[in-house]
Amino acid sequence: MRMITLLLVSLLSVPALAAIQVYEFDNPQQEVLYQQLTKELRCPKCQNQNIADSNAPLAQDLRQKAYELVKEGKDRDQVVDYMAARFGNFVTYDPPMTPATIFLWLGPLFFVLGGLAVLLVRTRKNTALTDNPVMDPAEQAKLERILNGDKD
Amino acid sequence: MDNKPRLWLFLLPLGIFLAAVVFLFKGLYSDPSKLESALIGQPVPTFTLQDLYQPETRHDASIFKGKPMLLNVWATWCPTCYAEHTYLNKLAADGVYIVGLNYKDDREKAIRWLTDLGNPYQVSLYDKDGMLGLDLGVYGAPETYLIDSQGVIQYRHVGDVNDHVWQQTLLPIFKDLK
Repeated sequence: MRMITLLLVSLLSVPALAAIQVYEFDNPQQEVLYQQLTKELRCPKCQNQNIADSNAPLAQDLRQKAYELVKEGKDRDQVVDYMAARFGNFVTYDPPMTPATIFLWLGPLFFVLGGLAVLLVRTRKNTALTDNPVMDPAEQAKLERILNGDKD
Repeated sequence: MDNKPRLWLFLLPLGIFLAAVVFLFKGLYSDPSKLESALIGQPVPTFTLQDLYQPETRHDASIFKGKPMLLNVWATWCPTCYAEHTYLNKLAADGVYIVGLNYKDDREKAIRWLTDLGNPYQVSLYDKDGMLGLDLGVYGAPETYLIDSQGVIQYRHVGDVNDHVWQQTLLPIFKDLK
């Protein structure tokens, strides 16, 4: 009796397990690539969630599609291009350099160069001051006396 | 030192600040859930789909050629589609050619919906698995595409089509379609 109950309970749990998507891959590299892609691809329907984290129907579809493409032997770039051709660059968290995104790459460089320019101008001003001492010969002589340790 | 470079140095941060103000102010009113379609200027992707009413009838991308038309992506599970349906009926009555794409839906429910609410579509495609939807980059129903007579997608609107959207945004583009 107990065995039968156990058996029945175990049968009942099958639909619950089936609700979780289980993907079979040909090799471990494919699985790694799939995991990487689902973290890198962004769910277009959601605000700032990758397709691995989102349970939106669209994210499920994109996971399925990513799985199929990986299984076909497509590499990372091909899958990302496939998605970007349909959903735009919004779909990837690693967007390519385009005129619209160029500031993301050049912005920090711009600030570093700006800072360097400010530093350069300031140090040049300072050295310009120290190179031309504004002391008359009398002051110069006094300074040398002090430096030599002579007391008046 | 003369005064000119100093004035320039004062104005530069001000300029950067003002540019940032404009950029961020625009951001306040932009809707982050609206995405521009990646398919603008491209032909409708190739497909073969069943007709919603007659499973044995197949349609392909050639149905989008010949005249400017709308492609409306809808489903019975989509509340906003319900909201826009009356307006689509009105557009169809005004002579606008609309192709319906029933997206990831149940055929019987979809047919009942059109029977009850009226059918604004000249052709109804049945995309059970959302395959054409995926190729179109559909990310939320309803979506409405403006397609010219060459079958090229010229505009995509996400969200319901109502009088305001039609008059302000879609009609001016639709009128210019060749």
